[in-house]
Amino acid sequence: MSKAQYKWIGTRPDRPDGADKVTGRARFGADFNLPGQLVGKVLRSPHAHARIRSIDTSKAEALPGVKAVVTAADFPDQPNQIVPTGEMQVNLRDITRNIMAREKALYEGHPVAAVAAVSDAIAKQALALIDVDYEVLPHVIDVAEAMKPDAPLLHEHLITEGVNPPPTKASNIAKRIEFKKGDAAEGFAQAEVVVEHDYTTQAVHQGYIEPHAALASASEDGQVQVWSTTQGHFQVRGFCSRLLNIETSQIRVTATEIGGGFGGKTVVYLEPLAIRLSQKAGKPVKMVMSREEVFRASGPAPGGNVHVKIGAMRDGRIVAAECRVDMQAGAFPGSPVGPACMCSYACYDIDNVHIVGFDVVSNRPKVAAYRAPGAPISAWAVESSLDILAQRLNMDPIDLRLKNAAKKGTKTAYGVTFNTIGMVETLEAIRDSEHYKAPVKPGYARGVAAGFWFNVGADSSAAAHVGEDGSVTVISGNPDIGGSRASLALMAAEELGVDYNKVRPVIADTASIGFNFVTGGSRVTFATGLAVVNSVRDLIRELKVRAAKIWNVDPDGVMWENGMAKPAGSNVGEFEPLSLAQLAAQAGRTGGPINGHAQLNVTGAGPGFGVHVVDLKVDHDTGIVGIGRYTAAQDVGTAIHPSYVEGQLQGGAVQGIGWALNEEYIYNTKGRLENPGFLDYRMPVASDLPMIETILVEVPNPSHPYGVRGVGEVPIVPPTAAIGNAIARATGIRMTDLPMSPPKLSEALDSAALKIAAE
Amino acid sequence: MTEIQYKVAKNIKDACILMAAADGKGRILAGGTDLLVQMKAGTQAPGTIIDVKKIPEMVTIAKTKGGFRIGAATPAAVIGEHEELRKTWPGVVEAINLIGSKQIQGRASPGGNLCNASPAADSVPALVAAGATVNIQGPGGKRQVPVEQFCTGPGRTSLQKGEIVVSLSLPARPKGSSDAYLRLIPRTEMDIAVVGCGVSLTMKGDTVVAARVGLGAVAPTVLLVEDAAKALVGSQLEDEALEAAAKACSAACRPIDDKRGTIRYRTKIAGVLLKRAAAIARDRANGISHTAH
Repeated sequence: MSKAQYKWIGTRPDRPDGADKVTGRARFGADFNLPGQLVGKVLRSPHAHARIRSIDTSKAEALPGVKAVVTAADFPDQPNQIVPTGEMQVNLRDITRNIMAREKALYEGHPVAAVAAVSDAIAKQALALIDVDYEVLPHVIDVAEAMKPDAPLLHEHLITEGVNPPPTKASNIAKRIEFKKGDAAEGFAQAEVVVEHDYTTQAVHQGYIEPHAALASASEDGQVQVWSTTQGHFQVRGFCSRLLNIETSQIRVTATEIGGGFGGKTVVYLEPLAIRLSQKAGKPVKMVMSREEVFRASGPAPGGNVHVKIGAMRDGRIVAAECRVDMQAGAFPGSPVGPACMCSYACYDIDNVHIVGFDVVSNRPKVAAYRAPGAPISAWAVESSLDILAQRLNMDPIDLRLKNAAKKGTKTAYGVTFNTIGMVETLEAIRDSEHYKAPVKPGYARGVAAGFWFNVGADSSAAAHVGEDGSVTVISGNPDIGGSRASLALMAAEELGVDYNKVRPVIADTASIGFNFVTGGSRVTFATGLAVVNSVRDLIRELKVRAAKIWNVDPDGVMWENGMAKPAGSNVGEFEPLSLAQLAAQAGRTGGPINGHAQLNVTGAGPGFGVHVVDLKVDHDTGIVGIGRYTAAQDVGTAIHPSYVEGQLQGGAVQGIGWALNEEYIYNTKGRLENPGFLDYRMPVASDLPMIETILVEVPNPSHPYGVRGVGEVPIVPPTAAIGNAIARATGIRMTDLPMSPPKLSEALDSAALKIAAE
Repeated sequence: MTEIQYKVAKNIKDACILMAAADGKGRILAGGTDLLVQMKAGTQAPGTIIDVKKIPEMVTIAKTKGGFRIGAATPAAVIGEHEELRKTWPGVVEAINLIGSKQIQGRASPGGNLCNASPAADSVPALVAAGATVNIQGPGGKRQVPVEQFCTGPGRTSLQKGEIVVSLSLPARPKGSSDAYLRLIPRTEMDIAVVGCGVSLTMKGDTVVAARVGLGAVAPTVLLVEDAAKALVGSQLEDEALEAAAKACSAACRPIDDKRGTIRYRTKIAGVLLKRAAAIARDRANGISHTAH
C-alpha cells in the first residue's frame, strides 16, 4: 500500500483539540466544578503493613462543616471472584480493599477513610480527627524477600496458582506461569556459546503530569454523574457499578481531557469514594490527589528480578533461551508478569524456549499498567544478554538480531504464529540509517536494543452523524490521550471523501455512545479507528439510499466517490453527482436524519517491533551519562497522522531513558516511600536529552482497512537495554541493575578500576 | 483556623520591629520560593509574614569600598544581569543563578537561600569561598557574621529573635582573582545539589597566592575547607596539588546516605568538583571565560 492513494491519511493537520489545549481552555480533571460541591479528602495509612483494629470517625463527623465520612464499612464486601468489568479481569475482593483498606493497611498511602467537607481546611482538620487503631505488622518491600517462606504474609488466604499440586500454605506468591516451546535443555546441549545473567529493575511511575481527579454528583433518585480524568470512562462506570452495587445505566461518566495516563489511569481510586461521599452528603463531591498521593497510592509499574540464559551457535543462531521473571504485583495479585514473559523472546525466532514467571505481592501500592506493561522488564534482561552474546561472538548487534529475527510464520513461545510483521524491516531501517552508518564520535559509544508489544483490539462503538449543512460529527468513546481525535477524523475524512475540517470528532460520555474498552494497549487508532471506518461505511450506505431515492433508482446503482453520490454506471442514468451537503439539505424529504453506526469486537491487532540506537558518553569521574544522539525505529503499520506517531516514539523513548538512568521508587527501612515528588523521583527534563529521531517503518497491518498498528507501547521497551549496552561498550562495565544512576555507575566504575589495578 | 498576618515593612527598622512583635512566629518573605512552598506542604505555619521587598537596601546591589553589597532579597535574575558583579564574582553569580528554574530566578534571592539553611543551597558554597559576610540587624543593633558561621544545622541559623538578614557583603578583589561554582546533579536542570563546590583563587602569574573553598551538601552545614585551600596556595594547580586539595575536600565530608546520594558518592564527588572548579577559577583569573552551566 502506498500513501499516494490517500488524500488525508499520512498528512499532518492541526489536531481538533489542539487550540483549546494550547490556550488553556481545555478542561482537565480538576477543572470541573458544580454548585455546592464539597471537598473530598482521603486519610491514608502511614504504615506499610498494619492490622486495622478499629476506626473512630465520631470526632471528625462532629466537626462543623464536615458533611460525610466513609470507611470500608460504607462499601459492600465483595466475593473472591474474578469478573470482567468492561474487558478487564479484576478480583472484586481485592479492588474494594484497594480503594479502601478493610482488615489491613497493605502499603503506605493505602486509603483507610475519606471525608467530604465544605472547605479544604476543614476536610484536612477532619482527617486529623479520625482515630485509627493500627497494629503495626512486619512489612516486606523487596520481591526476593517477599518470596521467602518466612516473609511477612500480606494475605492469609493467598495460595499460589499454577503450581501442581497446589501448595497447602499461604505465601506472597500469587501465581506461577510457564511458557514452553521445543526443548530448552536439548537446545542448550547443542549451544556453542551460553550467556547467563541476573538483572533487576525498580518500580517506576508513569509520571503523568495531571494528578487523579474526580467529581461525583449523586441524586436522591439514585442517578449518579461522574467527571473523571481517566483512560476509560466505561471502565470507571463498570468498576463503580460493581463496587457500589449501582446499575450501570444509573451511572453516567464523562471523561475530562486527560493530562497523561500511560496506563496508570485505567483503574479507579477516587471515583467510588467520591460517589459514596456524595450519596451520604447529598451534595457533589470533588476529589483531587496531590502529587505525593499519586506517587504513594496510585499504581506504578512494577520492578522485577529477571534471570536470562541464552544459548547460540558460533554463527549467531540462537538455539535455546530461558527466562525467569519474579515480578512485583504491589499489595494485591496481578502484576504484568504474563506479558513480561510473553514479550521476552517475541522478537526472535527461537526453536527452544522456556519461560517462567512469578506474580508476587509485597507492601507496595498495587501496580497499574504502564506502556507495554511488563515488557520493558524482561526486555532489559534479554536485550542486554543479546548484546553480551554479540560481543562474545564479535558480531554486529543488528546482524545478530537479524539472524534471529521473527517474521511472518514465526511461532512465539506463547503459542501465537505471527502474520505480517516488521521486525526485519525495522532492524534494516536502523542498519541503513544515517545514524547507524555514521561513525561513533570520539568519547561516545553506541548501543542498540529491540522491543515488542502485541497491541490490542477489543470492544469499540462509533457513530457518524451528518449535520443539516453536510458537515459530519464522528462520535466515539475513548479519551484522547495521544492525538486519537485527529487520527479518527483523518480516517473518517478519507473514507467519506470530504475535507478533514468538515469532520468534527467528539468523545461521548458513557450514556451517549455504546461501550468502548479503555484507551490502552495502543488500541484506539486501530480498533476504534475501525469502528469509525465502519460507522462511516454505514453512513455511506445510507447516503446512497438517499441519493437513489432522489434519482428514483435502485441503491445498488449509486456509488460514493470523493464525497459525492454518483451513478454507478451509464446504465443507471444521467444524474448530476450529489454532494454530502446537497444530500443533507434534502434529508427531511428522503427519510430523516442521516447517521451511521458501528460496534464490534476488534481482533487482528498487528504487533509492533521497535529498534533503538543510542550514542552516549559516560563521565568516568561522576558516573553521569550524557545522551548524544538517539534514534527510534518502529514498524508502525500505516502512520495515520505521522506527527503523533513520531510523538509516541519520542515519548516512549524518553520515558525509557528515565527508567534506565534515574527513575526508581526508594523505600526506607519503615517501608515508606522516600521520594514521592518530581524533585527526587527523577524523570528526564528537556535539557537532558537531544531531539529523539524517529524512523517510521510502514508495514501495514493486513487486518485493518488502512493498515493501522498500535504504536504507543513498543517505544518504551528497547531504551533501558540500548542505554545499558552503550554504557557497557563505553566503559567495559555491564550494568545489570536499574537504574544506572550516577552513584551506582560511579561505584561500578571505581570497583572495576580497583580490580584492574589489583591485577 | 490559624490566622496569618501579612505585613509590608517600609524599612529595615520597621521589619525588625515587626519581626520582634511576631514573637518567634514571624517569617521574612523575600521571593517566597521556599516559604510559600513550605507553607503549602504544611512544614511552615507562620503567624506573621513580613514582606521586605519594598525596602530599597534589601533589593539592590551597591558598590562599596572595592567590594559589593547585595541586598538579601535581591532577585537572582537581577544579580545575574549585573555586569560588574558578574565580571568580578562569576562563581558567586553562577551559583546564585542556579537557585531554582528560570521562573524561580525572578523571585528567589541569595538571602532567602541562605536563611533557608539547606546544606545543599547552591549560593552558599560560592559565598563561603568568596569570603562573604552576612549583615544582620535586630533589636540589639547591627552585626556581621562570616557566611560559613551563619547556618548552624539543616534549617537552623544563628539569627537571634527579631533579627533579619539585610545584605551580603563581598570583599574587595585583588588583581588576578576569580571564582567558580560547580554542583553535581543527576539531571541537567530542575534538581538539587548532591554536592556543591565553590572555589575562589587569587593568582600571581601561574601560582595560587590565595584560595578559599566552600563545600555544600556533604555535612549539616556548608563547609569552609581550609585544608583544601592550603593545598592549593603556593601551587600552580599541578596534579599533586589538586589531588591533595581533592583529598582534603573528601576528608572534610560528613555526609549522609539518602535518596539523593550515598556517603561514598558524595565523598568522592567533593574531590572531583574541587578539581574542576579550581581549573575554571584559574582560567577565569587568566581571562579565559567559562560560561555558566
